Amino acid sequence: MQALGLDVLFKGKNMVRLLGGLWVALKISIISVAISIPLGIILGMLMTSKNKVIRGILRVYLEFIRIMPQMVLLFIVFFETTRVWGWDLKGETASVIVFAMWGTAEMSDLVRGALISIPKHQYESGSALGLTKLQVYLYIIIPQTVRRLIPLSINLITRMIKTTSLILLIGVVEVLKVAQQIIEANRMVSPNSAFGVYLTVFLLYFIACWPISMLAKYLERKWNT
Amino acid sequence: MENEILKIEHIKKSFGDNIILDDLSLSVYQGEVIVIVGPSGCGKSTLLRCINALEGIQEGHIYLEGEEIKKDSKNLPKLREKIGMVFQSYDLFPHLSVMDNILLAPLKVQKRNKSEVIAEARALLERIGLADKENSYPRELSGGQKQRIAIVRALCMHPEILLFDEVTAALDPEMVREVLDVMLSLAKQGRTMLIVTHEMQFAKAVADRVIFLDGGHIIEEAKPCEFFENPKTERAKQFLNMFEFDAVKDSSK
Repeated sequence: MQALGLDVLFKGKNMVRLLGGLWVALKISIISVAISIPLGIILGMLMTSKNKVIRGILRVYLEFIRIMPQMVLLFIVFFETTRVWGWDLKGETASVIVFAMWGTAEMSDLVRGALISIPKHQYESGSALGLTKLQVYLYIIIPQTVRRLIPLSINLITRMIKTTSLILLIGVVEVLKVAQQIIEANRMVSPNSAFGVYLTVFLLYFIACWPISMLAKYLERKWNT
Repeated sequence: MENEILKIEHIKKSFGDNIILDDLSLSVYQGEVIVIVGPSGCGKSTLLRCINALEGIQEGHIYLEGEEIKKDSKNLPKLREKIGMVFQSYDLFPHLSVMDNILLAPLKVQKRNKSEVIAEARALLERIGLADKENSYPRELSGGQKQRIAIVRALCMHPEILLFDEVTAALDPEMVREVLDVMLSLAKQGRTMLIVTHEMQFAKAVADRVIFLDGGHIIEEAKPCEFFENPKTERAKQFLNMFEFDAVKDSSK
């Protein structure tokens, strides 16, 4: 225990603080995902529209968000909005904005992909059976789209949870930041603690993400069509 | 035989400048089996797709039992219930089991009694030899099995007329037969059918009338024995010769 530096976790409220940090990371991910999914669905449907201008704008948005490292986006939203417009955003708010922008972009591309992957004949054989347009969407297209989408969007959630580790750079005290604080505070008494604490952080991320990614795998297998 | 089910009057269909069907008229009578043949791109699939308004037409009219079929009309789903269509790529719904594929339209469109439709579906599956597949999913079936189930799915809607759009074209040769046999038995039952196919031997066996389509026109219309033994037009002769050539290749393998 001493050698790994795990003892510092049991000092004071350290473990609780780490869990609190994890909760901050999860909270930001969950809120961002909750915003991304509906917006992504709407944008994704618009990306399959016939209007070239709409498609062009959305394409540029998607590429811009993808090319830009998330860290740069965080800095832009957190610092530059203050400099340019004088906004005083809290770190957590800025994080949610950035992650929601990113998630929406990724989600819209997933939705677009799922929609165009449904063959035209699925629509046609539905209407040939006498189903109305609404019924074709309700019973044939949407169930298939959702089946393709759910595993992919679950993977997006785990990517988002992992990427929240960046937000310590704009001063949000999430699990990694708490870990650094604990290590700093105990530098003199247990100089080895870095290993044990980071190992714990690793395990915490793992515990948060693993069940989610297992669920995605399970659904993918179950719905593999 | 004199009860006219489907009437096609002077229809014209084009995609942009490309005219697919040009002033085409055709009547189909109850219990009749019509086979439509012709070179690829002659408009035969388009003709079937126009009949149930998957494609709109620019001119002319199509009537099913006196009611006009129009692409954007309100009662189109109602009319489509009476037209069973089977496609080349089977198009079962992959997220539904075989039984649910069959039940979907009778239950949701016709709002029929579930146990009654299930009983009917089971009887039909029994007849095509797939009674044990009702809980399977399409991905677990062979192409021929999927196509036979697609036929059952269309039959369960009690259509007045059945359209078959090159239903064996995507199948491996050894599965073609099982599908054609199902269609032969439907013809024997007196179903009204319009069949687009490249299986000339089958066409000969099943058809009451053969229609030879080329360049969007009906070039020749005859009883199968006449058409295949003794085609009247040069184009039909050329077309049938292509198959003679194919036949030589097949037997030399």
